[in-house]
Amino acid sequence: MGLLDKLGFKKKETLDKGVEKSREGILNKLGRAFVGKDQVDDETLDDLEEILITSDVGVHTTLEIIKRIEARVAKDKFVTQAELQTMLREEIVNLLKDNDSDKPAEFDANFPVKPHVVLVVGVNGVGKTTTIGKLANLYKKAGKKVLLGAADTFRAAAVDQLIIWSERADVPIVQQGQDADPASVAFDTVSSGKSRGSDIVLVDTAGRLHNKKALMDELTKIKRVMGKVVDGAPHEVILVLDASTGQNAMQQAKAFTEAVDITGLALTKLDGTAKGGIVIGISNELSVPVKYIGLGEKIEDLQVFDRANFVNALFGE
Amino acid sequence: MFDSLSSKLDKAFQNLKGEARITDVNIAETIREIRRALLDADVNYEVAREFTKEIQEKALGSDVLTSVNPGQQFTKIVFDELVETFGGEKSDIAAAHTPPTVILIAGLQGSGKTTFTGKLARYLKQEHKRNPLLAAADVYRPAAVNQLKSLASQIDVPVYSIEQQDAVRVAKEAVAMAKSLAMDTVIIDTAGRLHVDEEMMNEVAEIKKAVNPHEILFVVDSMTGQDAVNTAKEFNERIDYNGVVLTKLDGDTRGGAALSIKTVVNKPIKFVSTGEKLDALSPFYPDRMAQRILGMGDVVSLVEKAQKEFDEDEAKRLQSRISSDKFDLEDFLEQIQKIKKMGDFSDLVSMIPGASKALDNNEIDEDAFKPIEAIIYSMTPEERQNPEILNGTRRRRIAAGSGTTVREINDLIKQFEQMKKMMKTMSKMGKMGRALQGLKNLPIGK
Repeated sequence: MGLLDKLGFKKKETLDKGVEKSREGILNKLGRAFVGKDQVDDETLDDLEEILITSDVGVHTTLEIIKRIEARVAKDKFVTQAELQTMLREEIVNLLKDNDSDKPAEFDANFPVKPHVVLVVGVNGVGKTTTIGKLANLYKKAGKKVLLGAADTFRAAAVDQLIIWSERADVPIVQQGQDADPASVAFDTVSSGKSRGSDIVLVDTAGRLHNKKALMDELTKIKRVMGKVVDGAPHEVILVLDASTGQNAMQQAKAFTEAVDITGLALTKLDGTAKGGIVIGISNELSVPVKYIGLGEKIEDLQVFDRANFVNALFGE
Repeated sequence: MFDSLSSKLDKAFQNLKGEARITDVNIAETIREIRRALLDADVNYEVAREFTKEIQEKALGSDVLTSVNPGQQFTKIVFDELVETFGGEKSDIAAAHTPPTVILIAGLQGSGKTTFTGKLARYLKQEHKRNPLLAAADVYRPAAVNQLKSLASQIDVPVYSIEQQDAVRVAKEAVAMAKSLAMDTVIIDTAGRLHVDEEMMNEVAEIKKAVNPHEILFVVDSMTGQDAVNTAKEFNERIDYNGVVLTKLDGDTRGGAALSIKTVVNKPIKFVSTGEKLDALSPFYPDRMAQRILGMGDVVSLVEKAQKEFDEDEAKRLQSRISSDKFDLEDFLEQIQKIKKMGDFSDLVSMIPGASKALDNNEIDEDAFKPIEAIIYSMTPEERQNPEILNGTRRRRIAAGSGTTVREINDLIKQFEQMKKMMKTMSKMGKMGRALQGLKNLPIGK
C-alpha cells in the first residue's frame, strides 16, 4: 500500500493499459515533433487525435483543435518546445468559455440580486441532487444563507435524498413531497427564499432525457414561474453533465439550452477515468462556461472549474 | 444519418470510378468516413480502428466498385459486420437448480441500477411467474433504500434492508430470508461505484463471494462515451459478470458504447431499458442496435411499442364497431388516449429515422390533442354516441364548455367523419393491424 493510500487518497490510475496508451509525457513528444517545423507531421497529429478522441472531445472539435494548431505552427515556426506546449494548451483553453461576472463561481462572491436563484437541470443519473448538496455546503461555509427546493417530485425517494443533503449541509429546504407539482415547488421555494432573505436558492429538478418534449416543456414552465416571484429568476441555469457521457452530451446541452437557456455547466464524476472532453465543444459552440466539477460522493468533493487544470488533465498530467 | 453515411461513401467512391478493384490505397477515404461515423456514435477509438480494419479486409476483393450504389452496398457490409459482432446465442436470466436464484446488479453511479432492479423484478414476476425478493445493498447513497422500496411497492414485491451500512450482510441475509420464505429469486441492488474505487470494488467482489450469484448483470448507461471500455473491463475482471444491461435507450444516443463493450469483454447484452416506467424493458436485438449506431433510427422498436398498446382483443372489438358503423366519438377519444399512453408524440416521432429532422421547423404539436379531448369531454354521452345530433345550439354550448370555437368543433367532426369512412374502407380490406394507419390521420399539427 502506497503512502497516498495510507493517507486516504484514492489512487487514480488508468486501468486499461491495453486499450489506452499511456499519456505520460505526451506533450513532450508532441513538442519535439513540432519544434522547428512549419507543419505538423501525420504521426504527431494521429497522437493528438487519439488523445482528444479518447477523452470524448469528439471528431468535430478535435479537427477544429488540430486546424488551429496547424495554423499557429505555420505562422510561428521555430519556437521552442516549451512555447509549443503552451500554444497547444492555449488553443484548447480558448475554446472553453470563461465565467460571466454576474454569475461568479466563487462561493463567497457577492450576487447582484438577492436571492440569487439557481435552477439545476440534466438527464437522469448525472448527479444533480448530489451536486446541489455539495453546492449548498460550500455556499453555507462561505457564509451565505442557502435555501434548497425539492422540485424532483418524480423519481422515487428523490425528495428524501435532497432532505438528507440539506441536513448534511445544514441548510433549510422547501419540499411538498413526491408527486407534487414541480413548478409549484419551484414557485414556493423562490417565494420562501425571498421572504427569508436567502442569499442563494438552489432548485433541484427531476432527471429527464432531452428528447422528451413534454418533460422539457415542464422544465420551461418551472423556469417561467420562478421569474414571477423574483425578477430575472432563475439567474442561473446549471446543466449537470456526467463526465463519462460521450457525444450525446452535445445533444443534451443543445436541447436544454433551447428549453431553459442554460448559463453554465457542472461536470460530474471526474474522479473516474473519464475525461469529459465533450465540454470543450459544448462550451465553445453554445458559449457556456463550465463552472464546477464533481469529484466524488462526499460533500466536499466539488471544485470550481479551472480551465488550465482541466486541459492538463486531458494530457494525463 | 444512415443515408448520410451511405451518401458520404458514395461520394468517396466517386473518386474511384474506373478503378478495377478495391485496394488499400483507394479505399482509405471510405474507411475514414466509416471510422468517423463510428467515433461520432461513441464507439471507442481503438475498437473503431479494429472494426474498420476488418471491414477493409472484407471489402478488398469484393465487387463493391462495380455495383450501382457502392455507398449503399458498402454500408451494408458495415451493418452486417455490426450485427454479427452483436450476435451470438440469446440467453435469458439463469435459474438456479435449487432456489433461490440470486441475481447481482452492479454498475457505475447513475447508470440506472435501482430502476433496472425494479424492472427486472417486474419482468421475472410477470413473464416467468417468479416470486422475487429485492435486497437493498446500496447502503451509501442517501435515500437509495427508499427509492428501491418505493419502486418495489409499485409492483408489490418485498424489499429486504437493514439499518447498518453493511452491504455484504444485506445480501447474505436477504438470500437466507428468501430461502426461509420459499421465495425463488433474490435481486441484489448495489451501490453505484467507480471502477477505480478500490474499496468499493472490493465490496462488490465480497458480495459476490458471499452469496455466489447465479447471474451477475453489469448495468451501463447507453450514453457512455470512450470510457465505457475501461469500466466494462474492470468490472468484468473483478466480478466476471454474465451479461450487460443498456439503459436510457429511449434517449437519442447512438449507443456506440454497446459495440465497445461487446468487443472488449464479449459478454451478451441481455436487456435494454427504455424509459422510467417499470415496464420499459426489452430484450436486446443486434440489428436494431446496429441501425442505431449507424443513425438509422429504431423503427422496429417503434412498431412494437405501438403494437403493445393496441392489443388484439381490443383491435377486434374496434374492428367490429367500425364495420358495423358504430365507431363513435367515444371510441375516437379512447384511441387518442391510447396514442398518448404510447408516450409523448414527439418521442415517437424521434424514433422514426429522418422524421425528427424533417419536423424541425414544423413541429408536431402535442397539445393538439388537448382541444380535441376538451371538446369530446364537453359533449353528453348521447352526443358522443350520435355525433349527427350535433346541431348549432349544441355546438355553441360545447364550444363554450371546452373553451374552443364552433369552427374547431366543425373541423373535428368533419375529420372524425372522414376518418370513420377511411377506417371502414380499411377494415373491409381486412386486418385491423392497420388501425394505426387510420390514427395517423388524426387532426394533429397543421
